Amino acid sequence: MDVTLRVKRFDPEAAEPEPYWQDFTVNIEDNGTVLDALIKIREDIDGSFSLRCSCRSSICGSCAMRINGHAGLACKIQAPTAIVNGVITVEPAGNMPVVKDLVVDFDSFWDKIMEIEPYLKPEGPEPEAEYIASNESMLHLSGVTSCIMCGACVSDCTVMEVDPTFLGPAALAKAYRFTADPRDGDENGVSKDRLEELTKPSGMWDCTRCMECVTVCPKGVAPMDRIMALRDQAMAAGFTNTNGARHTEAFSESVEHSGWLDELRLVPKSVGITNLSALAGYAPIAIQALTHGKMPPIIHKKIEKAGNVRKLFDKIEGPKRH
Amino acid sequence: MLEHDVLVIGAGLAGMRAAIAARSGGANTAIISKVHPVRSHSNAAQGGINAALTDRGDDWEEHAYDTVKGSDYLGDQDAIEVMCKAAGQALIDMEHFGVTFNRDDEGKLGTRAFGGQRRARTFFVGDFTGQAMLHVMFEQLIKSGVRRYEEWFVSSLIIEDGQVCGVMALEIRTGQIYAIRAKTVIFCTGGFGRVFEPSTNALICTGDGTALAYNAGAELMDMEMVQYHPTTLAGSGVLISEAARGEGAYLLDKDGNRFMEKYAPNMMELASRDVVSRAEQTEINAGNGVDGCVYLDCRHLGEALIMEKLSQIREIGIDLVGCDMITDTIPIRPGMHYAMGGIRTNIDGQTNLPGVYAAGECACVSVHGGNRLGANSLLDTIVFGERSGNHAAEAARSIDYVEFNVDQAVRNEEKRIQELLDRPQNGDRIAAVRLGMGDTMNRNLAVYRNEEGMQETLADLNELEKRYETVPVDNKGKVFNTDLVFALELGFMLDFATPIAMSALDRKDSRGAQARTDYPDRDDENWMKHLVIKKGEVGPELSYAPVTVTRWTPEERKY
Repeated sequence: MDVTLRVKRFDPEAAEPEPYWQDFTVNIEDNGTVLDALIKIREDIDGSFSLRCSCRSSICGSCAMRINGHAGLACKIQAPTAIVNGVITVEPAGNMPVVKDLVVDFDSFWDKIMEIEPYLKPEGPEPEAEYIASNESMLHLSGVTSCIMCGACVSDCTVMEVDPTFLGPAALAKAYRFTADPRDGDENGVSKDRLEELTKPSGMWDCTRCMECVTVCPKGVAPMDRIMALRDQAMAAGFTNTNGARHTEAFSESVEHSGWLDELRLVPKSVGITNLSALAGYAPIAIQALTHGKMPPIIHKKIEKAGNVRKLFDKIEGPKRH
Repeated sequence: MLEHDVLVIGAGLAGMRAAIAARSGGANTAIISKVHPVRSHSNAAQGGINAALTDRGDDWEEHAYDTVKGSDYLGDQDAIEVMCKAAGQALIDMEHFGVTFNRDDEGKLGTRAFGGQRRARTFFVGDFTGQAMLHVMFEQLIKSGVRRYEEWFVSSLIIEDGQVCGVMALEIRTGQIYAIRAKTVIFCTGGFGRVFEPSTNALICTGDGTALAYNAGAELMDMEMVQYHPTTLAGSGVLISEAARGEGAYLLDKDGNRFMEKYAPNMMELASRDVVSRAEQTEINAGNGVDGCVYLDCRHLGEALIMEKLSQIREIGIDLVGCDMITDTIPIRPGMHYAMGGIRTNIDGQTNLPGVYAAGECACVSVHGGNRLGANSLLDTIVFGERSGNHAAEAARSIDYVEFNVDQAVRNEEKRIQELLDRPQNGDRIAAVRLGMGDTMNRNLAVYRNEEGMQETLADLNELEKRYETVPVDNKGKVFNTDLVFALELGFMLDFATPIAMSALDRKDSRGAQARTDYPDRDDENWMKHLVIKKGEVGPELSYAPVTVTRWTPEERKY
C-alpha cells in the first residue's frame, strides 16, 4: 500500500538551518510499520534523511519520535492505523535538542539517569549464592526494568517542558527500580539515602500527574505510577518534611475531617506556616483569586455527610490511625 | 591524544563485560560503540541464559555434553568445558549486579526448559532476558568508570609491524575522524545477520569487527555455520523466542498436526534448533505449510502464563502480524538468526594477531560448533567477555604503545571517506546492493544448501562487489551522516560474505546448521574439522584445523 508521511526535517549544516516539513509517499507491506515507511524513504528516496533505528521489534529503544503529535516507537505502530487526514505526521522526540532530522541529543536524558546513581547498592554483605527474593517482587520490578530508555516519556513530559531541571519520568522510574528492589539499601530493602535525595526539589514531588508518560510509554512501565509509589516509600521512610509530603498530608487530613478540601489552609500547611518568604510568593495568586471572586471561604465547614467520608478512610487505611 | 591500554569495540553484553573486567584489572579501558550501549543487539535475546547449578542437582558436565551434542561434534570440547564450568558463577554475578531473574517458590532463581537439553537449566527474566541483562551491565559499566565513546564508528584497525596500535574512528555526531591509540583491542561487535535478508538480527548487526579483523589478517573459523532459528515471523523475520516452546508451545502444520513427532519423537518441539528448522523446512517444501510458514501454537498455555512469561513476544505478534498468541496461532518459519562462526580465538579471546582479541557472537572459540543451543549465547558473551577483558588487561602491562604517525593516519582516513562521498550520483543505491546480497545468501545458504546454489551465490557476490565500487552516498554532510555509515557497513559485509559461501561450498558433509542435499550425511572421518579462512594475496585462503575432543566421542544425534 502507498502511505504518505509528513516529516519534520532539520539540517544543521544548511546555509540557514531551520526546521521544515517534507512529504514523502512510499509503498510498504499492508501491515508495515511507520518505521518500515521511514526506512523506505531513507533507502529509496533520500539517503540524507537521518533517524536512529535498529531492532524493529520494540526492544532497543532507538526509534522513539512523535507520531501524530505523541511520542512512540515507530517500529511498534502499524502505518495504516496512524494515517490521519491522509498523512502520518512524524517529528523528532520533544524536550531534547534536535541534532539532525529525527535524531535528538540524548545527553540531558542520560545526565538525569546518572544523577540517580543507577546501579544496585546493597548495604549488607553479598550472599555466596543468589539473593533470596520472592517471585512477586521480581515480577513487580520486571515491570519497571522492561524500560528500554527510549525517551518517549521524557519527550512528552509536560513538567520537563517548563522545568528542564525536573528529573523526569524515565530517571524517576529507574530510581524506583532500585528503591523497590529488596536487594538495594539496608537489610530490610529500604533505600533511605536514595529516597532522601529524591525528595529534594526537581525530584519526585515535582510531577504534576498529567499521565502523559503513562499514555505514551510503549512498554507499559507507567512511570507516573512509579513516581507515586516513590512518594509513598519516602513518606513511609520518614521523609515527611517536604512541601510535597506536607501537601499530601494536609490534603487528606482536610478531606477526612470535613469531607472536602480546605483550599485556604492547604498552602500554608504545605509550604510551612513559618516559611514567610515562600508564603509571600503566593500573595499575587491570593490577590488574583480575591479579585476574581475565587477566594475560598475563611470558615471551612464540614459537608453534610462528612462521617461517611471518614468511614471511607477507615475502610482503606484501617481505624487504628485514630 | 586518545589512548587506552584496552580498547573494546562494541558495547553489547560481551563488550561491556570485557571492559568492566579490564577496568577492574587496573587497565586504562575504553569502550567504543556505533550505538549507545543499551541499543546493542544483546537486547533481543529473549529466552534466557543456561547454567548448571550444583545446588539444584545439576552438573556442568551434563550441560557440556548437551552443548557438544548440540554442536554436532564441531565444538571444541576444552572451550565448552571452560564455559559450562564458569556458568554458575557468571550467572550469580549477574544476579548480584541486579538482574531481576524470575524466582521459584523458595525465592531462588527459577528455570525453564530449552531446546536440546535434557534438564531445565535456563534462567530467565520473562521473555526479555537479554534486555534485562544488557541494562544491568550498562549500570555496572557506569559504576566502573570505563571511558565511553558512544555513537562512534570504527572504520579501520591500525597494525604496524604485526602489532595492533589502535583504530580510526568516526564520531557520528560531528563527522570528525579520530585516531585512538590502544595496546590491545577486543572485538565484541556481535553477529553479521544483515548479510542475510531477512534476518532476526537488528539493522546494526553488520559484522564490522569480523571484517576489520579479517582484513587485518585475522583467521575466521566455521563461517559456514549460520543458524536458522525455527520461529521467526514472515516478512520482517523478527524473532519469536524459543521460550514459547520451552513453556510448552506446539508446532503445527496446515492441518494442525504436531509434525515434530516424525523428526524428534522424544524432545518434540524442544529438539535442537537445526533439527527443528530442518523439520519445518521439510514440511513447508512438502506443501504442508501455508504461505511458506507453519504455525506456533501457544493457546493451550493459558493467558496467565503468557502474560507472566511471554508478554513481550505476544506484543510483537500483535504489532507485526496482528496475531494474539492467547487466542491465535502465529505463522512462523525458519529464519537467519546467529553466526556460530567468526573470528578464531583461544579460550582467552586471543586471535592470531598480537594484541587483538574477540568475544561474543563475533568470535569463534568454538563453543557452538555447528549449532548453538538456545540460551548458550548470553552465557558465551559474559564468560568469554570477562576472560578476554582479564587477559587483555594483564597483557597490556607488558606492552608499550606502538608509535604511528597519527596526523598522517587521520589525513588518509579523511581522504578515503571523502572519496566515498565524492562518488558520482549514478551508481546503484546502497540498499539495492545490500538487498541483492541478502537475497542471494538467503536463497542459497539457508536451511538446505547445494553446490549449484552456492556457486550461483559466489557469482552473485562477485557481481555485487563490483556494483559496490560505485554506490553513491546521498548525504554529503558531516552531522549524523548515517548514509555514510551504511556505505561503510555494506563494504564490510561484502568483505566476508564470500568467505561464508566459500566455506559452505568447501564443507562436503551435513553437520549442524549446514545441511547439504548433495552431501546429506555427516562424515566424521573427513569433515569433523574446522574450516579456517584467511585473507590471502589474491583472495580468501582456506585451511583446516582439528576439533578438540576431551571426553565425548561422536555419536549419532537423536532427539
